[in-house]
Amino acid sequence: MTYLPGIAFQILQSVFVVLAAPVLVGWVNQCRAWLQNRSAPSILLPYYTLAKLFHKDAVIAQNASPLFRITPYVLFGCMWLAAGIVPVLATDLPFAPAADIIALVGVFALARVFSALAAMDIGTSFGGLGARREMLIGFLAEPAMLMTLFTAAFISGSTQLTTIVETLAHREFAIYPSLAFAAVAFLMVLLAENARIPIDNPTTHLELTMIHEATILEYSARHLALIEWATAIKLFAYMTIGIALFLPWGIAEAGDWAALPLAFTVLAVKLLFAGAGLALIETLLAKLRLFLAPEFLSTAFLLAVLGMLTHFLIRG
Amino acid sequence: MTASDFIPSPLAGSLLAAVSWLAISVLALIPAGNAFIARRLAFPIGALVGLALAMFGLQAIWLSPNQLILPLGLPDLPFHLRVDPLAGFFLLLLGSVSAGISVYAAGYFRTETAPRLTLIGLQYHVFLASMAFVILADDAYLFMVAWETMALSSYFLVTTDHGLPAIRNAGFLYLLIAHLGAIAILLCFGVMNGGHGDYTFNALRAAHLQPLWATVAFLLAFFGFGAKAGMIPLHAWLPEAHPAAPSPVSALMSGIMLKTAIYGMVRVIYDLIGGVRWEWGMLVLIIGAGTTLFGVLYALMQHDLKRLLAYHSVENIGIILLGLGMSMVFIGFGHPAAATLGLIAALYHTFNHAVFKGLLFLGAGSILHSTGLRDLNDMGGLIRRMPKTAFYFLIGALAISALPPLNGFVSEWLTFQTALQAPVLQHGVVRSLVPLFAAMLALAGALTAMCFVKVYGIAFLGQPRKAEHLSRSPAVGHDIDAGEMERFGMAWLAASCFVLGLFPTSFLLMLNRICAYLTGRGLSEQALESSWLWLVPTSSEQASYSPIIFLVVIVAVTLLTFLLVRHFYHGRVRFSDPWDCGFPDQTPRMQDTADAFGQPIRHVFGPIYLMERHMPEPDDPAPRFSLKIEDRHWYWFYLPIARFAEYVSSKIALLQQGRISIYLLYSFFTLIALLVFVR
Repeated sequence: MTYLPGIAFQILQSVFVVLAAPVLVGWVNQCRAWLQNRSAPSILLPYYTLAKLFHKDAVIAQNASPLFRITPYVLFGCMWLAAGIVPVLATDLPFAPAADIIALVGVFALARVFSALAAMDIGTSFGGLGARREMLIGFLAEPAMLMTLFTAAFISGSTQLTTIVETLAHREFAIYPSLAFAAVAFLMVLLAENARIPIDNPTTHLELTMIHEATILEYSARHLALIEWATAIKLFAYMTIGIALFLPWGIAEAGDWAALPLAFTVLAVKLLFAGAGLALIETLLAKLRLFLAPEFLSTAFLLAVLGMLTHFLIRG
Repeated sequence: MTASDFIPSPLAGSLLAAVSWLAISVLALIPAGNAFIARRLAFPIGALVGLALAMFGLQAIWLSPNQLILPLGLPDLPFHLRVDPLAGFFLLLLGSVSAGISVYAAGYFRTETAPRLTLIGLQYHVFLASMAFVILADDAYLFMVAWETMALSSYFLVTTDHGLPAIRNAGFLYLLIAHLGAIAILLCFGVMNGGHGDYTFNALRAAHLQPLWATVAFLLAFFGFGAKAGMIPLHAWLPEAHPAAPSPVSALMSGIMLKTAIYGMVRVIYDLIGGVRWEWGMLVLIIGAGTTLFGVLYALMQHDLKRLLAYHSVENIGIILLGLGMSMVFIGFGHPAAATLGLIAALYHTFNHAVFKGLLFLGAGSILHSTGLRDLNDMGGLIRRMPKTAFYFLIGALAISALPPLNGFVSEWLTFQTALQAPVLQHGVVRSLVPLFAAMLALAGALTAMCFVKVYGIAFLGQPRKAEHLSRSPAVGHDIDAGEMERFGMAWLAASCFVLGLFPTSFLLMLNRICAYLTGRGLSEQALESSWLWLVPTSSEQASYSPIIFLVVIVAVTLLTFLLVRHFYHGRVRFSDPWDCGFPDQTPRMQDTADAFGQPIRHVFGPIYLMERHMPEPDDPAPRFSLKIEDRHWYWFYLPIARFAEYVSSKIALLQQGRISIYLLYSFFTLIALLVFVR
């Protein structure tokens, strides 16, 4: 039963990510409040919000189809699965070979398609608008994300995220131009995919500019709680993918249980900085007009492709 | 005597199946008893024949090639038949997909009038049989006869509603481009033959071509078959002809007939011409990438459901060509393992596209049959009136959007894996170009997802957009969902989407055998040794994917979430009106339309389209926004050629003076010329 510790760790990590994800959102909100000279809410506020939402009665539109009601669960399931693939603490994940980076992008796409469909289910004008914009961001961000991941895949000769991380973690510390391009592209995709400024603003419900919020307008109570939680897991997953690709040092190797406490500390520090950085970006930048979003994302796509070509040209 | 003595060999069995289809087509003509045979028997039996054909095809993939000479045709020019693994694969595709479509057709055509039904029964089964003969043919002569029969029978099926001028025009365009393609294929066989007079495929295979002539043969085959496949710039007939035909026929044409063109390409380029060069592969890649992006971008602009699906067929042919092109590039540089992977990706996508596009066309047919609607802008809320059709259509939509764990994802995954083999290439420019085609594929995949969110969201979700469809529950006893036969047909194809998506390893082994037969070498040992659970194209360190574990985990965590939420919290639900944002007079017309959904795409990719927009005046009491999108190819490609052809024929028409003396003079001069030059 050599697999057993691996499977135990796999389950442990997935549960850890799911439980820890709202803290990250709380931390980003806290940092942003400080940067904006406001007194910050508790870092645990997202948990209180989730608990509050779970206790409410769900209000559903009369003409909602079953698709509308299963979508929150599907979204949560997709994000949970994504959290299981990404090497957060260690690279010893027995489930990871079942889905590589292409499948990971596929999982995010599956979640996006379901949330867009659910948005159109009730037939309100905002739902359709949100779905359309969400898919617009999605179709531009998805190829850019895939190209970023391909750059890493070409460097390590594998599309397995665990293998990629192991290869990259063993490289000497130097700046690789291809990864530098990819990192910038990935940051832009992260902002867009997680509905962050400059593409979207997670704190407002302003009709004319909202994207992600428009798709979930009809949801309430436990459904909304699941979606918000899934969004938090998505942010956590994206940040850990970024860390795994571009700052992999410190992650525990397969079977090296003694390194886990260190890996945990290193991860916490990295996430602290990443969350603060995200809050900084969100404070310094203004939201882009919707039709500048394609330009923003096509820049990300071009950067990612450039990164890939750079790798072929200079082998670095 | 054992039971196996009664089972014919794959070749004899396939021939028998094809002949049975011909027999059904003739029997369907009998008008007795309100066309009883065509109405009740022809299509279900046709479906059974399809199943049998699929069995023989499956068997043939694992056996060595088998030949047969039929003493039919012209004197000294008998028909040669042959079944090898490649033909077996396409027979499997034809048989299994057509079985689903035929069952559906049995229900769909039931309400037709007797004269129309008998004709449809005839043409439909001749069409099926001709496709089987295209795959079975082993000489250029039978191949062309079957190819032309296929074109003609499908032409008559397209023009089933020949009363409408638009449909007659669509049919004419189809026939024209089909024949241009057929001429190119005929010339290709001529070039390959090199004047030996022997047109069997064996002779063509043995013929040794000069590099220049091989390239000419390749170009003729690529564009000849490409005209049938619908690749740009020869695609113009496809979005016209596919919507014009009755829906089961659209499903056949889009799902299977386009694949015979892919069969032709693989057969001629890999098998008959041989010696694939990487430059050919680059051409295929460039045209494939263009076709993919063009198809999906124009699909996003359509609001006629069947036209939209037709443009998606163009896109998917592009994806298949991307796989083929990569494989040809790898062969050209001498990397058979990577080449095999590309060919497997292309063939896998060929099968996948047949399944999900067939399913989607059948779904569109059910909508058309039940509501009479084809325009997305008139639909809405159909999931509440046709829940079963909506369910099957959702599976098709998720599959074509290449979402895991369905089948579209597997073939796109394999295509990506092929592109990721690029570092082995020696040529620096090609090495960096191949991944760029993967970038295009990624873009097209994401756009497809957007397009099918649009289709599904607008047709099935939301509120009905037309007042007459507003009534929430159908009248008592009036179920507008598809009938049982139709549902069975769709369920068959939907189940195939799952099987192809969840058990890719067994298909990989099958396709590996075909590719090993064609290219002489299969995948690496490591790839084949992996267990059935893991799809491993090269080695487990490089890449692996396990759709079953994927599905199990995603279902498990989703269910777990559901149970946890239910366990810890109450499941109370209150129903109310949708939130109206403080504006109470909302009407269904305020929902997004298909055109509105495509608006961001028009904004981002504006220069690609030829748009004519009509914006209403601000004080217009009944404002209407109209938008016309045209295909630029008409203006730079088709119309100049048409004008040139008209110009040339008008000059030739000068010879026609309408006076008998002048015609006699022509004959006189011809005779003199013959006497002088041909002695």
